This record gives sequence, C-alpha cells and structure tokens, in this order.
Amino acid sequence: MSKLTKILMLTSAVALAQTAHAQEGEPIKIGVLHSLSGTMAISETTLKDTVLMLVEQQNAKGGVLGRPLEAVVVDPASDWPLFAEKARELLTVSDVDAIFGCWTSVSRKSVLPVIEELNGLLFYPVQYEGEESSKNVIYTGAAPNQQAIPAVDYMRDELGVEKWALLGTDYVYPRTTNNILDAYLKDNGVAEEDIFVNYTPFGHSDWSKIVADVVALGADGKKVGVVSTINGDANVGFYKELAAAGVSADDIPVMAFSVGEEELSGLDTANLVGHLAAWNYFQTAESDANTDFITGWHEFTNPERVTNDPMEATMIGFNAWVAAVEKAGTTDVDPVLDAIVGVEVPNLTGGTATVLPNHHITKPVLIGEIREDGQFDIVSQTDPVPGDAWTDFLPESAVLDADWPGKDCGMFNTDTQTCVQVQSNY
Amino acid sequence: MTRFRLLACALALILPIPALANPALQAVVDGNIDQIERPSRLTVGPLVAEIAATGPEGLALLQAWAGRDLSLTDDGRLLIAGDPPLDAVTGDLAPGAEGSALRPNSGVRGVIESALVTGLLSDPDPARRASALDTLARGGTFEQLQALRGALDDPDPALAARKARLERLLTIQVGEDNAARVNAINDLAGDVGLDFRAALNPLLATRTVAAPEPPDGANVARELTPGGDDLPRDAALAQLVQQDLLQPPLTRDGLRGVLAQHIVDGKVGGIPVADLSSPDARDRAYEALEAAGTVPPAATDAEAEAALEANRFFQLYAETDPAVTDAAAAAQTRAQVRLAAMTTIDLGLDALSLASIYFLAAIGLAVTFGVMRVINMAHGEFIMMGAYTGYTVQTLIADRTLSLIVALPLAFAMTFVAGVVLYRLVIRHLAHRPLETLLATFGVSIALQQLAKNIFGTQARPLTSPAWLEGSITVNDVIGVSSIRVAIFVLALMFLGLFLFIMKRTRLGLEVRAVTQNPGMAASMGINPDRIAMLTFGLGSGIAGIAGIAIGLFAQVTSELGQGYIVQSFMTVVVGGVGNIWGTLAGATLIGGLSKVIESLNPANTLAAQTFMILFIIIFIQFRPRGIIPQRGRAAEA
Amino acid sequence: MTRKPFILQSPSILVVLAVLAVFTVAVTVLSHAYGSGVIPTSTVKVFGMTLCLALAAVAMDLVWGYLGILSLGQMAFFALGGYMIGQWLMYARTESIVAVQLAQSPIPPTALELQEAVANQIFGVVGSADLPLVWSFAHSLPLQMLLVVVVPGLLALVFGWLAFRSRVNGVYLSILTQAMTLALALWLFQNDSGFRGNNGLSGLQNLPGLEGVDQATLSVWFLWASAAALGVFYLLAAWVVSGKFGSVIRAIRDDETRVRFLGYPVEGFKLVVFTLAAMITAVAGALYYPQAGIINPAELMPIASIYLAVWVAIGGRGRLYGAVIGAVVVSLLSSWFTGGRAPDLNLGVYVVNWVDWWQVALGLSFVLVTLFAPKGIAGIFDRLAGVMPPSRRGLDLGADQGALQEQEAKA
Repeated sequence: MSKLTKILMLTSAVALAQTAHAQEGEPIKIGVLHSLSGTMAISETTLKDTVLMLVEQQNAKGGVLGRPLEAVVVDPASDWPLFAEKARELLTVSDVDAIFGCWTSVSRKSVLPVIEELNGLLFYPVQYEGEESSKNVIYTGAAPNQQAIPAVDYMRDELGVEKWALLGTDYVYPRTTNNILDAYLKDNGVAEEDIFVNYTPFGHSDWSKIVADVVALGADGKKVGVVSTINGDANVGFYKELAAAGVSADDIPVMAFSVGEEELSGLDTANLVGHLAAWNYFQTAESDANTDFITGWHEFTNPERVTNDPMEATMIGFNAWVAAVEKAGTTDVDPVLDAIVGVEVPNLTGGTATVLPNHHITKPVLIGEIREDGQFDIVSQTDPVPGDAWTDFLPESAVLDADWPGKDCGMFNTDTQTCVQVQSNY
Repeated sequence: MTRFRLLACALALILPIPALANPALQAVVDGNIDQIERPSRLTVGPLVAEIAATGPEGLALLQAWAGRDLSLTDDGRLLIAGDPPLDAVTGDLAPGAEGSALRPNSGVRGVIESALVTGLLSDPDPARRASALDTLARGGTFEQLQALRGALDDPDPALAARKARLERLLTIQVGEDNAARVNAINDLAGDVGLDFRAALNPLLATRTVAAPEPPDGANVARELTPGGDDLPRDAALAQLVQQDLLQPPLTRDGLRGVLAQHIVDGKVGGIPVADLSSPDARDRAYEALEAAGTVPPAATDAEAEAALEANRFFQLYAETDPAVTDAAAAAQTRAQVRLAAMTTIDLGLDALSLASIYFLAAIGLAVTFGVMRVINMAHGEFIMMGAYTGYTVQTLIADRTLSLIVALPLAFAMTFVAGVVLYRLVIRHLAHRPLETLLATFGVSIALQQLAKNIFGTQARPLTSPAWLEGSITVNDVIGVSSIRVAIFVLALMFLGLFLFIMKRTRLGLEVRAVTQNPGMAASMGINPDRIAMLTFGLGSGIAGIAGIAIGLFAQVTSELGQGYIVQSFMTVVVGGVGNIWGTLAGATLIGGLSKVIESLNPANTLAAQTFMILFIIIFIQFRPRGIIPQRGRAAEA
Repeated sequence: MTRKPFILQSPSILVVLAVLAVFTVAVTVLSHAYGSGVIPTSTVKVFGMTLCLALAAVAMDLVWGYLGILSLGQMAFFALGGYMIGQWLMYARTESIVAVQLAQSPIPPTALELQEAVANQIFGVVGSADLPLVWSFAHSLPLQMLLVVVVPGLLALVFGWLAFRSRVNGVYLSILTQAMTLALALWLFQNDSGFRGNNGLSGLQNLPGLEGVDQATLSVWFLWASAAALGVFYLLAAWVVSGKFGSVIRAIRDDETRVRFLGYPVEGFKLVVFTLAAMITAVAGALYYPQAGIINPAELMPIASIYLAVWVAIGGRGRLYGAVIGAVVVSLLSSWFTGGRAPDLNLGVYVVNWVDWWQVALGLSFVLVTLFAPKGIAGIFDRLAGVMPPSRRGLDLGADQGALQEQEAKA
C-alpha cells in the first residue's frame, strides 16, 4: 500500500468518524491550563488527562450544541507568572470559551486578574482556602467548610481529640485553613495552649524535632490529634518519622487534607494504616457513576492509574459547564454564567452537586482511613454541604457574602449592605 | 479470631436450637441494627455494654466488630468474616452469605476494645494482654482498675512491670480515695515518663477567677497580682469584663456604630458628619451625646481601677483536694529539672543526627574542593543518583536487607563512575578556572535532574528501610532517636574512619595530600596529579551516592533531593574550612547543632530557623573567612 | 593620545542601540494597541519582559564579565526591585477600592481606619490583618520608587562590604551570594515577614490610576519603558567599562592582588560596581514584574540567579552585547521549548518531547559552551572582527597562571 493511499484512507476514516457523530459547525474550544512540567506536573498532568478524557467522552455523545469540543492544552510549567501569560494567550489568541485549570492558590491568584479583565470562565478543581468569589471562576473544589471544619468535628467527636497540632507547609492554604480552624476550635472551647501550630518549608525532610514536639503534647493527658496541611513530598518524611517514633494512628491520629490516592501511590503505606484524610471523594466510594468513571479512566489511560478528588471536581465542573451551555444555548461567558447557577449534576459519591450563587458547589464530606493498599476506607460521609466562599469563623469574613445572580457581587458586606468590590482580591 | 470462631462453633454444636443461640443478643442486635451499621463514638457506649452483657457470643461479636471482620447482609444478619462466614448472633456457619463490611472508625473501635479489656487482662495470649494494656493506657474506669489489680500477676516480666505501672497511673486518675491517689503519686514522683506527666497535669490544671474573696471550698493554687508578669493589667481587665464585673470599654468600632445611629440632619452631637474622619472629632461628638443624655456614659478608667481594687485574682485547681494537688505539684517539680536535662539531650541527639547527615552529604564536596579547588555543583545530583540507585535495587530485590546490602556498594560504584566520567570529560579541561567549573558542573546538574525526572517521574519514590531499622531507640519517653538515624550516624562514623585510613595510611592518601599541598612539586616527584585528582573526585562522588541512600531512607527520593542538601553542604565545607576532614566534621556539627537550637527556640516556624541559620553563616564567614579549621602553609595561598 | 568618546570606541554600542530602537518601533506598529495587531498582547508582554531580563544580564556581565565576581544572587536584587514597586501597586490599587467602599458608610473613615481596611484587604488572603512595618511607605509612589534602588543598593553595599572586607573571593564568594539569595527567599516565603509569603504580590499588571487604559496599550508602554531602560543603562554600563575605571576593574578581575599592590583601593572599586549592578538589576525587576503580574519568593531562589549566569555565559562574558544576546536568545528559546509548541523530534527509536528534554539539552549545551566556546555567542562576532584569543585549552601557558591572561584580556 502506498503512502498516499494510506493517508487518503486515514483522512476518510477521520471524516467518517466525524459524520458518525453528526457534529457540524466550528468546534467549541476549551482551554486546559495545567502544568505539564515543573514541580506541580505530577498532580496537574492527571487533571489535564481527565479533561481530555471528558472531552473525548462528550464528543462521543455528540458534542455540545451539536458542535464538537476541542481542547487547547498549554503548559504553564509550574511558573506562576507564566499562568497569567498562558491564560491571556488562551483567551485572546486561541479564543477558548472556558478554561479548566490551576492547582495552587498562587497560580489561581496569578490568573484571576487576566480572567476578570478579559471576561473568561475558569473552572478551578482543587480544595482551597476560600475567602474568594470571582464572577469568572467556578470553584468546584472544597472550601474550608467542606473539608476542614467537618474533619475537625469528626476528630473531636469520633476520635475524642482534645489537643490539636496544626502542621502545615508554609503557604497560603495551610495558613488560612489553620487560622480558620484556630478560630473555630477556640469558639468551641479549646484553650489557646491546646493548639500547637507549626509551619515547614516545601519539601521539608528533617521531621525529628517536630514529631518529638507533637508527641510531647501528650504530656497534658489530653488526646492529641494532628491536622496536617503538609503538602506533597514532605509528607513522606513526616509519616516515616511518625512511624519510627512508634506513634500509631490510635495514639495520635493524623488527619491530612492534602494526601490522596495519587500521593499514597508513591508511598509505602504499611506505616500509615489508620491515619485519616478528608476529601469529598475517594476512589473507594460505592456508586455506579464512580464505577463508570474509574472504568473510563482506566480505558483512557492505564489500569494502574488511581482516581482522586480533584479529578472528581474537574468532572463536576465539566459537566456543569456542558449543562449550562446546553441551557443557555450559547457558549458566551455571560449567558453561561447566568445559566450555570442552580445547575445540578451527579457527583461520584451517589449524590448530586449544585452550583451555588457564590460560584461554589455543594459537596459531601468524606473521611477515609488509610488502608494497606493505598486506598481509603470511608468511615464517615455527610450530606452535601454548600460551599461557603467567606468563612463564618473569622470576624472580617463572617459579614461577607457572595451572590452573583442576586447581588452581582462576590464580596458583599451584609452589615453595611454594600458591595465591597466587584473584582476579586488578588 | 480463630479462637473465637472455634468457641462459637463449639457453642453451636452443643446448643440444640442454633437459630436462637442467644436470644438476648438477637434482641439487642435487632433493636440497634442502624447504630451497628453507622456507630458514633459519642453514642455507641451503652450499646457496646449491652452486647457485652449478653455473654460469649456478644464478646465474639464485639471482637469481630472492632477487628473490622463483621459484615451486614441485606436482610439484616451480622456475619463474622471467615471461610465460610459465621452468623454472629446464632453462631451458625453461613456459607455463601454475603454482606457489606462494617467499618467502625477508630474512636468506636476504642470504645469496643475498652469494653473488652477486663476479659483480656488475663488472656493466655501475651499479645492480647499487651494490646489490652495499650487500650487501658489510653484511659480507664475504676472497674477496670479493679480488674487490673486482680490480674497483676503475669508470666511475662515485662508485661507484669507494665501492669504494675499502669495500676499506679490508673490509681492517680481514678483511684478509690484521695489517700490512695496521693500514695500513687508519691510512688512515681520524679519519673519523667510521658504517661506519668499525662496523669499529673490534668490534676494541676487551673483556671483564673476574679472575686473579692477566695471562693469557698476552692483549691487555690495561688493568687495573682494584676499588672504582674503572670497577669498583665489588660488580661485582668478582660477577666473582669468576662465575669461581668466590669462594663466593656467602648471600642473604636463600637463608637462608630453609636455615632452612626445618632446622625441628625447630617450632624452628630452638633458636629458635621464630614468632620468625623478624625478620632478627636468622634470623641467630642460622643461627649456631646453623653452630655445630652442620648447615650450612656462609657466605661472610664476610674471604674476599671475601682473594679481592679475591689477584686482579687485567684488560680483555682479543678481538683478540689489540696493533698492531691500538693503531692502532684511536688512530684512535678522533682521531674522538671530532669525533664529539662533530658530534653536537652534529646535535642543534642537530633542535632548529632542532622550533623551526621550533613557530614555525609558534604564530605565528598570537601574532598574535591580540597584537592582541586573546584566546586562540583552536580554533587547534589550524585546524592540523588545514589538514592535512585537504592530505589531501583529495591524494586528488583524484594528482601529489604539484601537490597540495602546490594544497593550501598552499587550506589558507590555508580556515582564513582559518574564522578570519574565528569572529571575526564569536563573538569580536567577547566583546571584552574574554578568559576567556570562551577558553571559547567551546574549545567551537568540541571541535565541530570531533568534526566531523573524523565526516567523516574516527578513523584516521590519510596526507599523503605528494612524492618530492623524501623522504629526507634528510646531511653525513655523524652530521649529517643529513630534507628535509621542511628544507622546513618554509624555510617558517617565509618566513612570518617575509612577516610582517615585512606588519607593517613595508604599510598593513595599520601599522594592526595601531596597534590593538595603542592601539585607542581608532587608532579616532579613522580606523582600523576591528574590520576590523583580523578580518583579523589570519584571517591568524593562515591560517598555522595552513599549519602543519597542514607537520606532517601529517612526522607523522600525525588529528583530535587540533592538540591535540598547542596547549599547546606557548601555551607558545611565553607564553615568548616577546606582540605581538612576535621574541618568538615566541625562545620557539620556546628550547622546541625545550630539548626536544632534555632528550631527549638522557634518551634512554630521551621522556615525562620533556616533563614537565621544562613544569616549566621554569612556573618560567621566575616570572622573566620577560611573556616573553623583553616588550611595552613603554602596550600592555603593557592 | 586622546581617547575617542566611549560611544565610538566600539561600534557595538551604536549597533545595539539601533537594533533596540528598530525592534521597539517594529513591535509597536505590529501591536494591538498601536498598529496592525499581528503581535498579540501576550507576546508584547513577553518581549517587554525579555528586555528587562536583558538589562539584568547586562548588570550581571558588569559584575562577572568585567569585575570577575560570579554573583549567584543577582536575582535577589531583581526580585527586590519588583517587590518594592509591587508594594505600591498593590497598596494604591487596594486603597482606591477601599476608599470607595468606606465612603458609602454613614461615618467617614479616619486615616487609621482606611489603612486598616487596606491591610485587611491585602493580608486577609494570607490570614493576617495588620499592615507590617515594611509597608510604611507603600502609599507613596515616589518613596517606593526610591526604595526600588535604595533597598537592593543597600543590601549589595552591606553584603559587599562585609564580603570584600574579609577578602572572600572566588568560589567562596559565589557560594556566599547564593546563600544570601536563599536566605532572602526563605525569609520572604514566611508569612510573618510581611510580604504575603508564598502568594507574593499579585495583580501587579493593573496600574492604579490607569484603570481606563487596557492591557494592550499598557503592554506597549511597558515595552517602551523597558527598551528605554535597557538603552540608558547599556550606555551607562558601556561608559563604566570604558576608560580608566574600566581598565582597573578588568585588572581586578585578572589579578586582584597585583592591583592592590599597585595601590588601588580594590575593595572600593568592587563595592561601587557591585552596588551599581545591584541597582540596575533592581530597576529591571521593577519594570519586569508589573508586566508579569505576580511576584513571589520562588523568583529569587538560587536557580533563577544561576540561569542569569547561564545566559551571560552563553551570550559571552566581558561583552555587554553578549549578555543582551544571551538573555534574549536563551530565555525566548526556553519559553518556546517549554511552552509545548516546539515540534517533537523523531529519532526513529525515541520521540524527543521538548518539554521533557529541553532542560537536558540546555544543561549539556551549557557544558559545551563553557568547554569549547568560553566567549559564547559573542565569540562569533569576535571571530568576524578577527580578534582571536590565544588557545590554551585550560592549561597554563608560560611561567605562571597569569602569563597569558593579558593577551586574553585584550582579545
């Protein structure tokens, strides 16, 4: 077979495939703004693959508004200024209608001014510190009240923790989360001296002193619990040191907010059994939707890849966007934003997620205990909790409210009944 | 688990009507199936007690429940996992039955285990007795204390000792009367064990109260003077406000709110609203309102002073019996000095461990710098190569001890070769151009780092230590160091010894020292400086590979592993002084020790400790620009 | 013998300025705001930022190529400049928002209340509410602009004085500068230091008072400003290295001890050049970050400064235009290769994906340049001009190490 006929056959096959789905018209472009290189690549590449999988599945179902979807993938390389640059490129050069992207808070803050200036639409799929609601962002990850607060409640009620060690990597998410937890715990009668806070650098490896400090907290005769917002690789050394110190999950339980299936897959989990994590999704969730999702994921990538919480959030964001576009009948940002509030799409834990007027969504809170195989036993699951953009536990934020359809404001002061600012804080 | 199943089987055989082996248990289970499915620590206690009261089947059920071996079928039967599974209530074998596994959380498991404790204290299986003691150590009741007293004899001397100690501790916490508790406290006084302190501290917990006279029947720890160090004036006032003994002072926000409520015709108290952007004008407006009687007068300083005069401040113990608190306070004081000393020793061990890691990481760098005056920026990547070698060997050889034995020399060989190649291809051509060597090796460093990312991915890889290196060596609850760190310390000592041996006792060492001191003279004596430089470079790189395995064992293996240590290693070399192993040792000890001291002064922020550390080094270099142990003689001038 | 005016001593100065002018005009007429719109705004920003990096490289060349100090902490000054201007940008923007908000309340705010509200807006994100002391001048643009040069200048002065005074030089000094930037980065990473920790300062592209001007226009304005700064400071740097002063600093590079024996205050010369370079770098940073939009401490991790050294080395040390070429070529190539737009290279057995392999290629090419082309890209121009350095392949020629360096310096 000559090369030419090969190419001819290939093109006709492509043409056939397209007609088979009866898709006409210009493809709808969506941007994927996840780091494919640099420190965040390991986490973010998974989300890029998720979006690509969802696009493929959606196109197989006939696309959106009868038009096929096309994903435009760029690589901001874990470099925060580059996120802003690439977002501008996506919106002005590639003309995408929606962007799925960002992982770290600082990358989101970098992108925000650009998205707001050019009136783009960003779906942000990672658990974050809250204190933000932008007109142009839909936050499909957990706000603190959808992860941190229920997790602490669980530790207090179910594990009987009376003394708290809040350990975190020194950046904005742990800082804000710990501030909120600190205020929340004090509101609940925990004394100042029963809260120990420590911040370590990214990738910290020398944990002996900190673990010794945590163990020494037990000298009061109160049950100690660790709330860990330690990020990424540093967790490895931390758990190793905990295990070496002979600390079991029964003595000092560790509740992690940033350790999921993906992170555990690179770890020897034997020493971690019984420690906890709080998320809105675990791969072990029992529902048909989850089974389908995992099957699809394994077909799209390979059967060894695990699924995790930000993937679920990405999926919910994608489906909500598709539903909103179908509802609005257009991909223009403003009508889609009007349509998306109130959209209800199924999540993977057997319930549904509703997009709220503050551009957050409802999510159930799941607590999982780490198993030997690196998966989680779900030991607690709540009803869906509405995400709160502005926490109720810090005095400055308690008076703030976000309501885009009603008040056209993401930072509304309910005391003075005025909109503090329409654009976001960055 | 098998034992209970056998027991249950036996029961099933003996009893004539297996379907209702234990009607009481059946009733309890039927009535509480929801709670069994979704138990909560706060409410499960009574249910557990009820089940436990139904007899051996109940205990077997609890045991299975706590061990996560219980599952619930669709028709509401409880099964104990096994092959075939066992009906938990009837004790029948239930082949083919399937249910969804029940997974009580660890809080609930704790409650269940606590209910099972009394039965297990004299269990024939030592492991069970130990786990029962673990449970009891987390807290117990008076009944459990009595059960423990009944089971103090133990064939295993270690367990017997634990039981005796636990009996004393429980007596302090829940003992029958205060005399017994005081006795128990006195028995253990001076002990620094975490468990003893944990038993004492709740007794000594205090709260502050403001009152004109000491409250009746209260156990006063001490009286505080307002304005002193223990009770600043502001805190005293806040205490008074909290107890409603003083009206809260008007805050700035409060003032603003009050003024906003009394705007009349664009004026407040006669002052135009536009002028209220100054604090003075606001005060005047409020005074005007006060004078007009529209607002109540704000709390004045005089009132605060009067309230302070009228009240005394007491710290009260929650424990009401002075005899107990006195004994506890005395016991605590006795422990304090020893505790402080032991904390210092523990800190010293941590520092030693950190120093040995820095030493291992820096020694190779020091060698090459001493001999060739070049800094190898790719040194960190050699450390990383060593760690990845360890990881790769571990994926090929399952036995962890064996894999470690293979990995150590292999890592040395790998990085030795890498070092020699780097020397032959790059460094040799850049002799006497140290800055360019630095840059060229940096190029190698970024290339190697990216290569590692391409090969192994960016995610951290596990390098797991063999079982005999897990855990820790503990002297007591305060002094302890993980075994892996001890091993690294030993490794560092071994390399120190090896290095000294090579340098002082071998031909190679002699030649290296000669080249270090004067390459030209050494060459004219028939030594090939190029060969010596190559060998030392290989040796230094090889040790970096070993350091990589050591670091990987206690931390994480990533492509950026070397980066995290390279700057510290440079610092170690620079602070210690080049060309001298003792200098490197001194540098590592200083940096390791100082890091830990700064960290312990500021436990909440490890990042600040690192910043101060580097600042200190920059300043230190001002006073000892050639390091702690400077090179002397002609070599120093080169 | 009368010296020619420094500007005419070498044709390179005029060529560089001319190329810069042509480039700026070309980008302007092709931009969205002032011309055909062929070049999208994001690319205009990239060009503007690249010019700033080139300016930083010129300063790096001053200290390294001419003075012989391999400073591995140069980006600390760059980022400090960015932080200084960023403080004003954030404060002023937030203040205008907060002032509007507070004006709606029944009682007009006091100055203190206004400041507190601003602080709450800026630091609320990172869980704090007080305005740190380091923000005392943030309300004033002239003061903050002064700080752009004063703070890095002072840091360089103090650090340089301490280091040069105790005769720390060579690799020791390089490592020490690296430690300096690491210490500063770690300090800035802390939330407590008052610069918003890992989040850094963001939203810097929105200029307070110019809300009506769109980013397409602003990006061109910044391109002009960056080009102007590069032109001016290039001239300044060229002037510094010409003439007697230039001869002395090159002499210090080649043999510090001899210059000292000749009676020159070596430390003084070093300090002047080091501080000047720090200030130039800071200006470059102050122009760079409003275009990038965000600055955070990762910008001054040691690796960034090493990259700066890499650019200068590849471009050619001891040639100011070499530094410019190196910075422009390598940084643009880097962003092209890592941007995922470079076509994959099919080797038959293995497909080279440039996102993964660019760093490897960069690292190796760097080794090759150091080994075989120590003069970098500028060496090509030297060859064209017929200036050939003696080849010594890293070996000493002559009686001692300095013997041929004089000839090399001439080349």
